[in-house]
Amino acid sequence: MIDSATSAGRRVPLLEVDDLHTWFELRQWGFRRVGTVHAVDGVSLALAHGEAVAFVGESGCGKSSLARTLLGLHRPTQGEVRFDGQALAGLGKADMKAYRAKVGYVQQDPFGALPPFLDVRRILAEPLIVHGVTDRTERERRIRAVLEEVRLGPVDEVLGKFPHMLSGGQQQRVVIARALVLEPVMIIADEPVSMLDASVRVEILDLLRRIQSERELTLVFITHDLSTVRHYAERIFVMYAGRVVESAPVDELLDHPQHPYTLALLSALSDPDADNALRLREVPGGEPPSLIHPPSGCRFHPRCPQAMAGLCDRDEPIEFTPRPGHVSACWLYQ
Amino acid sequence: MIIERLRAGWVELRRYPSALMGLGIIAGLLMLALYTVIAIPYPQALEAWRGGEAWRMHPVNAEPLWLDRLKGGDAPSTLIIEHDAEEVEETMFTGGRRLRIPLAFDFGYADFPGEMNLFLRAEDHAEAPFARLSWLTPDGRDISLGGHRLQPRHRVSISQDRELTRRLGGLAPHIGLFADPASDAVPEVLPGRYRLVLDVVVFDEQADIDATLVVYGRVHGIAGTDHQRRELSLALMWGTPVALAFGLIAAVGTTLTTLVIAAMGVWYRGWVDALIQRLTEVNMILPLLPILVMVGTLYSTSIWLMLGVVVVLGIFSAGIKTYRAMLLPIREAPYIEAARAYGASDMRIVLRYMIPRILPVLIPTFVTLIPTFVFLEASLAVLGLGDPVLPTWGKVLNDAQTQSALYNGYTYWVVAPALLLMLTGLGFAMLGFAMDRVFNPRLRNL
Repeated sequence: MIDSATSAGRRVPLLEVDDLHTWFELRQWGFRRVGTVHAVDGVSLALAHGEAVAFVGESGCGKSSLARTLLGLHRPTQGEVRFDGQALAGLGKADMKAYRAKVGYVQQDPFGALPPFLDVRRILAEPLIVHGVTDRTERERRIRAVLEEVRLGPVDEVLGKFPHMLSGGQQQRVVIARALVLEPVMIIADEPVSMLDASVRVEILDLLRRIQSERELTLVFITHDLSTVRHYAERIFVMYAGRVVESAPVDELLDHPQHPYTLALLSALSDPDADNALRLREVPGGEPPSLIHPPSGCRFHPRCPQAMAGLCDRDEPIEFTPRPGHVSACWLYQ
Repeated sequence: MIIERLRAGWVELRRYPSALMGLGIIAGLLMLALYTVIAIPYPQALEAWRGGEAWRMHPVNAEPLWLDRLKGGDAPSTLIIEHDAEEVEETMFTGGRRLRIPLAFDFGYADFPGEMNLFLRAEDHAEAPFARLSWLTPDGRDISLGGHRLQPRHRVSISQDRELTRRLGGLAPHIGLFADPASDAVPEVLPGRYRLVLDVVVFDEQADIDATLVVYGRVHGIAGTDHQRRELSLALMWGTPVALAFGLIAAVGTTLTTLVIAAMGVWYRGWVDALIQRLTEVNMILPLLPILVMVGTLYSTSIWLMLGVVVVLGIFSAGIKTYRAMLLPIREAPYIEAARAYGASDMRIVLRYMIPRILPVLIPTFVTLIPTFVFLEASLAVLGLGDPVLPTWGKVLNDAQTQSALYNGYTYWVVAPALLLMLTGLGFAMLGFAMDRVFNPRLRNL
């Protein structure tokens, strides 16, 4: 069994990821291997109890694959994920189920994430039933409590509603409630607000942040939106082509970005300043790299304005520490 | 919940008159089936349908009574005249008795009877009694029907008496005996009181004679009779539960297994899915009817075996492809991924999250599937592969066909079972199409 109580406190990391690779094989006719997608390609990190972190990167950089691997939905091709010191790969069926209760999952599309033929009561009861909460009144009590917690009311009315009767924001609150109902120690939120109206994004992000601090949860945000990250995460990991290229505490990274890719991401942010209207921005050209045939050396080098021929296109950069607490995988800081 | 969805569907369904009519027809058939099963227990029905002596008092190939009256006819019903012990005149002589048994009846129909039989019982007689039969018409003529030495169970087929036919001027006895001598070319019925008198010499002090005259009619009951004197209503009534049960079991059996197998293939993918798909493709080109004919010819035509073969061959049917196509996008739905993330088992995901999603679309298909199996069972019976002992609609049609019912003018024999089959098809089709409108989102706003 996984017991988080034994490792309370911040000294022991809750989640450790060690040289994680998640590859998908492309097959033709159902059996002939024609290629491999290197979705996650060598990620190592450690998350402490109660920490809120964000993974940032453009579409197809492998951040969702990383999230699913952490959730145990994908089997890692290489490397391992350790939760409370125990490797996920070594868990038996019952332990894996217990792990699933400890990790909540908030998805991107709230409507798709809710079964359309079940009402809210049933949707929230399902995880409890799966995890053996057989007492009906106990289930009802926990469902009501969690709905109160996500501020979805009036509870009596909401319980009997079907997903299509709720607004996008309300749906996402139900999704969050479902992730919380098993009382997890960690929440993985994969772009939790990208499909919501701008007006409710902040509410949902504030809600997640509040619940995270109240419950002392470890919160993993997956997002492509650097502009909101500062308020909801303590640490940022920037991902590019299946790898973490830069990581640092949030203020440090946003104020002193080191990696050329992070610089490019930040310069692409929209900034509501009238002076910007006529100013052209320097955004590196090119497309996100192919994950089937990733570029040699540093994966960013074909798009990097500061690429050094003979080095960046040949050797993979190792992790450097240009500033205290700031890790960047770029030969510039050799 | 799925229940609520169905309840909402029902509310909407009530707005369709065709759905209500279909439901009415199905309810009627169900009630008939229920009544039949209670009123005529299964072993009794089988025993009766086997035919034979039990039906000897029934006419052959008689039309339904109402049909004849509707056409303005006045064909006779069957008259059964039992002998009355009080009217028997008895005289003793040394070594025996002389009995005079009158069997009298009024005949007022405009049409002649279909046949005449006299059933005599002379049981426990030391020596066979001798009977002389004479026919007394209302106008006082006395026609001799000859003499018979009586077996313990004796049957005098008056209609078959060639000699009598000759004496009546070529008219069959059941016509000639009732004909008005005044009518010339076309014989007409002479109405009035007829009497058949038996003069019996009994060589026994005690033993008795039992006589029953049956003047067979040309009409019988609500559905008529067949060539074996059996009431068609028995087969038409018993055909209802058999047809509904066959259709329902076959439809449920094939739909459920097909659905679960398709869902398994979609969920596990890989070789499981490939195996299911290849099996389906092979099975799809196997012709169902010839296989059933083969099984029926080589093994048995028991309805249960046929049902089994239909369901087994129906498992890997084209439905798998349809369900697979519907389930594939559902498999990738985020809520399925969410269910995996909170630890729902494969079984739970397939049965509780994937299948319920397509169930509403499936119900109308299922409803319209029922009559196709009912028709299949009837077709098998018409082909001579019906259950040999069970009375069913298809068997009635099969008998009608082998007896050339339409050629002989027995339309009722074909029309009644065909009408019931059509009614079944109509009821389920009307309900099914209306349900399709309600439950199938793509047809919703048309």
